[in-house]
Amino acid sequence: MIATESLSKRYPRVTALDRLSVDVTPGVTGLVGANGAGKSTLIKILLGLSPATEGRAAVLGLDVATDGPQIRSLVGYMPEHDCLPPDVSATEFVVHMARMSGLPPTAARERTADTLRHVGLYEERYRPMGGYSTGMKQRVKLAQALVHDPKLVLLDEPTNGLDPTGRDEMLGLIRRVHTDFGISVLVTSHLLGELERTSDHIVVIDGGKLLRASSTSDFTQATASLAVEVTDRESELLALLTGAGLTAQANGHLLLVDIADESTYDTVRDAVAGLGVGLVRMEQRRHRIAELFIDDTTTASRDDAPSKEGDGRDAA
Amino acid sequence: MTQPDVAAPGGPGADARAGSPPDVIHNIGYRSYSGPRLGRSYARLALFSQSLRGAYGLGRSAKSKVLPMILFGAMCAPALIMVAVAIFADRNDLPVAYTRYAVIMQAVITLFVAAQAPQSVSRDLRFKTTPLYFSRPIERVDYVAAKYAALTVALFLLTAIPLVILYVGALLAKLSFAHQTAGFAKGLVSVLLLSLLFAGIGLVIAAVTPRRGFGVAAIIAVFVVSYAAVSAVQGVASAQENYDVIGWLGLFSPITLVDGFQTWFLGARSAFPDASGPANAGIGTLYLVVLAVVIAGTFGLLMNRYRKVGLS
Repeated sequence: MIATESLSKRYPRVTALDRLSVDVTPGVTGLVGANGAGKSTLIKILLGLSPATEGRAAVLGLDVATDGPQIRSLVGYMPEHDCLPPDVSATEFVVHMARMSGLPPTAARERTADTLRHVGLYEERYRPMGGYSTGMKQRVKLAQALVHDPKLVLLDEPTNGLDPTGRDEMLGLIRRVHTDFGISVLVTSHLLGELERTSDHIVVIDGGKLLRASSTSDFTQATASLAVEVTDRESELLALLTGAGLTAQANGHLLLVDIADESTYDTVRDAVAGLGVGLVRMEQRRHRIAELFIDDTTTASRDDAPSKEGDGRDAA
Repeated sequence: MTQPDVAAPGGPGADARAGSPPDVIHNIGYRSYSGPRLGRSYARLALFSQSLRGAYGLGRSAKSKVLPMILFGAMCAPALIMVAVAIFADRNDLPVAYTRYAVIMQAVITLFVAAQAPQSVSRDLRFKTTPLYFSRPIERVDYVAAKYAALTVALFLLTAIPLVILYVGALLAKLSFAHQTAGFAKGLVSVLLLSLLFAGIGLVIAAVTPRRGFGVAAIIAVFVVSYAAVSAVQGVASAQENYDVIGWLGLFSPITLVDGFQTWFLGARSAFPDASGPANAGIGTLYLVVLAVVIAGTFGLLMNRYRKVGLS
């Protein structure tokens, strides 16, 4: 689907991509990186809109440097930010975007009706988009990326701004884009947790460099952990758990325990009960991308406060 | 017994209906598209026609049709009146020359540009729709060309249709065919250049003001202030009987630029004070050069503007 070879993009002051070589296979691929890691730059280059400083990239076997228009007629793109004019209806807008992708008028209308239905927009599609909720807007943005039946869609932070339910719905929809529609997906996020459940493959970039690329199951094993908070005597609990053969670390008042298997929960419960302290919470969490970097570099101490983004919810 | 949920005459049998949810009709699977993909030139044309229709509010809300339609009416009404006068008063010429009509109606044209240039480009910038265009088969030059051409054609329709009304009326009034046709042709050349010039200036201003209100105000300001300034100084020069200066000053506002051009090249009577257009061939040619440079320059500025916009 996508192949890059030591792809670099340098601006006068920053290096956005640094000799990035990745291979994206058909399926759903999650592109994970902190803000400024180079995700959007990569998408721009893949769409043939911004020339790479060095290296090569091919999308669907077409060279991004020379076949930009052809790539863009076969690829869909959903931007991160709002991009919908408020005074037109979803139908009118998506029809127009379908024609901009080269679909003849009749096909544009048919495909628009189909696509809006598939993303879950019904009667409201005739109303001006200014009155839509964030979730509905995201659906229209997805629809305009899918309307010309691309071979591949590039989704830039599609869950941004959605509430937990909206996120789950969007992630389910993204999954269906591949399983039901047969369209490959490259989806970016700064949250590893939500992509784990959606993607077949995960590519992690940081500072424009490839940090890691592997199938999702590898990641899940490496990243599942248990956050334990007790009323008192954390250090004794830590010692107990380590003594029981578990890998655990203290993070302020939280203890992060790597989940070995189902018995880990029992071990933690018994240890807490044995100490006679109160168990405030015990939740499964996934590593945020920042923690993944620390895992890889195994240096700095964990300093993040309990994240408000996603982590807690992943326990559900 | 009626089952309002299942409105499928001739559909599946009763047992099948009982087993499937009433929204089963929505669950037809995804259909892939194998038809033609018409590519870049078709997409450019689609953007052009959407922008041209948008300039008159077509395909948009009823509210956005009001202003362009009023302006269009205001542009045509005087022509209809003049035609009526020519027919019934038995005159041997139209009250206004074809080349002069747009100069007289410049306020309406300016309002149209001020309202519709931001409509055409500021909205795309403001609501960040431009990245969606650039993620499609078109290139930057296609976007700029489509927008420029659409507003030019919209302005050409606004300025040329009254001339058509005048021309048809003149023929109905049995005025000299050769004379009227020549005048009409010159008028069309004049309003075509005017449309190019006004569209370019309007779009450049609109493209740097994503807030539509600012764009409208800025365009009106540029057209009105430049015209007022040129006219005022021309008036002073006229009072001092400094006729050469009047001819030079016309270079500095859009409408007087067109007027000076048509005075020299199309033999129109100048709308400047004392009808003192360009004084000699040098200044006359300069009008053409400035006109061409401004039109090409606005296109170049737009291209440059969208170099930075790209995807973000």
